[in-house]
Amino acid sequence: MSASPTTATFPRQARYLAWRSVIRTARQPIIIVPPLVFPLFLLAINASGLGAATDIPGFPTTSYLAFALAFPFMQGAIFSTNTAGTNVSQDIGSGFFNRLSLTPMSGPSLLVGQLTGVLLIGTLQAVAFLAAGLAAGVHIAAGPLGVLVLFALSLLIAAAFGAIGLFAGLRTGSSEAVQGLFPLMFILLFLSSATMPRNLIAHEWYRTVATINPVSYLIEGLRSLIITGWDPEALALGFGTAAAIFAVALAGATLAMRDRMVRT
Amino acid sequence: MLVRAPALLLPPIVFPLFFYMAFAGGLSAVGGLPGFDYYNYDAFQFVFVLLQSAAFGGVFIGFSIGADFDSGFTRRLFLSAGDRSAVLAGFGLAGLVRSVFVWVVVFAIALATGMKIGGNGVDLAGLVALALVVNLAAFLFAVGMMTRLRTLQAAPAMQLPLFMILMTAPIYVPRDLLQGWIATVSQVNPFTAILESGRSLMAGGPFHVLLAFACAAGLAALLSVFAFRGLRKAEAAG
Amino acid sequence: MTSRHGIEARSLVREFKNGPRAVDGIDLDVAEGEIYGFLGPNGAGKSTTVHMLTTLLPPTAGSARVGGHDIVSEGPAVRDAIGVALQEAALDLLLSGREHMRLQGGLHGLSKAEIAARGDELLERVGLAEAADRRVGGYSGGMKRRLDLALALVHRPRLLFLDEPTTGLDVQSRAALWDEVARLARNDGVTVFLTTQYLEEADSLADRLGIIDRGRIVAEGTPAELKAEIGRPTVEAIPANGDQVERLEAVLSRFGSPLPATRGAAAVRLADGTEELADVIRGLDGEGIKVADLKLHAPSLDDVFLAKTGRSLEGAGDDAAAEEDTGEHEPATVTA
Repeated sequence: MSASPTTATFPRQARYLAWRSVIRTARQPIIIVPPLVFPLFLLAINASGLGAATDIPGFPTTSYLAFALAFPFMQGAIFSTNTAGTNVSQDIGSGFFNRLSLTPMSGPSLLVGQLTGVLLIGTLQAVAFLAAGLAAGVHIAAGPLGVLVLFALSLLIAAAFGAIGLFAGLRTGSSEAVQGLFPLMFILLFLSSATMPRNLIAHEWYRTVATINPVSYLIEGLRSLIITGWDPEALALGFGTAAAIFAVALAGATLAMRDRMVRT
Repeated sequence: MLVRAPALLLPPIVFPLFFYMAFAGGLSAVGGLPGFDYYNYDAFQFVFVLLQSAAFGGVFIGFSIGADFDSGFTRRLFLSAGDRSAVLAGFGLAGLVRSVFVWVVVFAIALATGMKIGGNGVDLAGLVALALVVNLAAFLFAVGMMTRLRTLQAAPAMQLPLFMILMTAPIYVPRDLLQGWIATVSQVNPFTAILESGRSLMAGGPFHVLLAFACAAGLAALLSVFAFRGLRKAEAAG
Repeated sequence: MTSRHGIEARSLVREFKNGPRAVDGIDLDVAEGEIYGFLGPNGAGKSTTVHMLTTLLPPTAGSARVGGHDIVSEGPAVRDAIGVALQEAALDLLLSGREHMRLQGGLHGLSKAEIAARGDELLERVGLAEAADRRVGGYSGGMKRRLDLALALVHRPRLLFLDEPTTGLDVQSRAALWDEVARLARNDGVTVFLTTQYLEEADSLADRLGIIDRGRIVAEGTPAELKAEIGRPTVEAIPANGDQVERLEAVLSRFGSPLPATRGAAAVRLADGTEELADVIRGLDGEGIKVADLKLHAPSLDDVFLAKTGRSLEGAGDDAAAEEDTGEHEPATVTA
């Protein structure tokens, strides 16, 4: 007597796949520790190395550390791309994807499961970065409620970039191709308002690129909660951009999943 | 290999170019800070990018050695070569050629996008010579590490120390505008002397050039001992 | 109509983009409870056939029913009825054996209690009870294969597909796996479709065999039938006493047609097959003829393959690999 496929519902499948994703994440310190340590190290360097930048007329805060605190959240998101994409491409390469395809598992439940691992790391990162910032004396202008909104935005960003990784992993089936995205995302991160407010970027071409780059709006949304308080425009742009990236990436990942899972 | 697979040149060109654009382009307003008295922010960043690419270029050739150890190719080379140090010199020369090519490209693009040169031909030759010594030192460090660890998995063990040294120098502003812990660390970081001297050559006002060369050459000499001892260990391991 | 436990395929074809036909018109009928062996060299089309029958790859043409369900229009029902252990024991090295059971059982809709009970039962059965809570990354090749088999059985499938299940295993692990497969068919009535490139495995395990070469079935039948097609076995004997050659010839000729033999020996092609050997020995003993040497030459499956294709099975895989890239081992990257 075999089990009925109707008892293998989507929520149930997603739960089991999420459980697997969480276990795998917890058992791989190499995917937890670098995304925590490296961004914090870079934050320490930039905050100290660029501390004098707050003397530029019009700089929005007197603490470069507060200004730069949004940066590690974005770096963490880039690591999510790598983690999610590498995990799924390893499953494809090892044949584990075929094993899952032979069960009643639906494609979307696998995506949900994989993103759960991403959100777990995203949560750890958010806690670590915020704790480091507070310990170093950063004051969150939006207050305790702002901290919750900061968490929500950072998790949405992590999910969005995780979905990009899933798309890349499912489309290519190759860990190398996914890891090849990392430098490109790093470049995208820097060609934004990550290190300097957009209105203070002297070179026009750079300012234009930063204005077109959606990463600028993600960073500015996070940053506004830290240094400004409640900025409806920055938050709307931040959440809107993150949601749009998430929607497009998830749609791409879903289509890639459908192509990858050629089962009848 | 570089001639047959020119795509291998792409990452070594793209990254220095990217860093130059990000720092010189994005942070140029820093050049207007009170107390920032270097003649041109683009040139300020170009020197850092040049020396950074010299250092990483030397280390990346070490990755090739590691990858060849993983595939067994290095062992085969060692078996067929009469003088094993010639094998490593070959890797070093390839790294040098690649680095010089990258510097020429980045220099051309920096000039085309408005960078000003303060120094004359002799000053620029001095800057290039400094970069060459840095490249050699980094290569010898990579050789020493790879001949001991003998696998590409050891790549982070090479990259991380280099990254720490480079990033704790005065990258964004001159040393006297640094604040916090980096100000202290940069005082004792040998790369600071090399970077500042390089910037002085670029500006046409050579400053502590001999000290910089002494630091770089001294480092290279120490690392050559490290490298040759590593080579002996690799030969003994077979 | 195919029974709930059977497999039926008609003119099954699989073409790959810009490549040859990996499967070129296969007809199959596998009965309930049968162990059907699919024997062929590397690149013959075995794995591609398995991927189609298990719904991982849609056929380019033709049709098949597995467990009474069409493989194209009733994919989920087919997957519910089958258990599959593919060529690579695709396992997550970070999970333990028991965690694999939990995941597999959960995705198949088993309750927590069912998963726990079934997991314990299967892990015990394949000899992994003690290693169940260790991560699979620390398992040997044989242990991984056994876990793979256990996972394929979690949801009590009526049919089991095994794609080269003993490749790379040592002799003991192989024998243990054969025992378990035979037990599943005999005691549990599971229909087994087994692909292999090992003659011995096909010969000893399969009730019936299909021999596949370059995407087509070139011979089908029981191992004995296939070998008998090629020729009956021969017996050659050397008498202990050289003077008794003629008497030896006379006794042997009672059991089949005499054959030319080496000097001082006598040979006969047995009329009724290998089973007659005991009678031959009894006959010689009855006449008081002692033999210094007795050899039985029976056709092997390799002889069958050679007769059908002009190539030996052992060399055929290298030829196929050199000539074709069927994408047989990378179904996940194949697009229809």
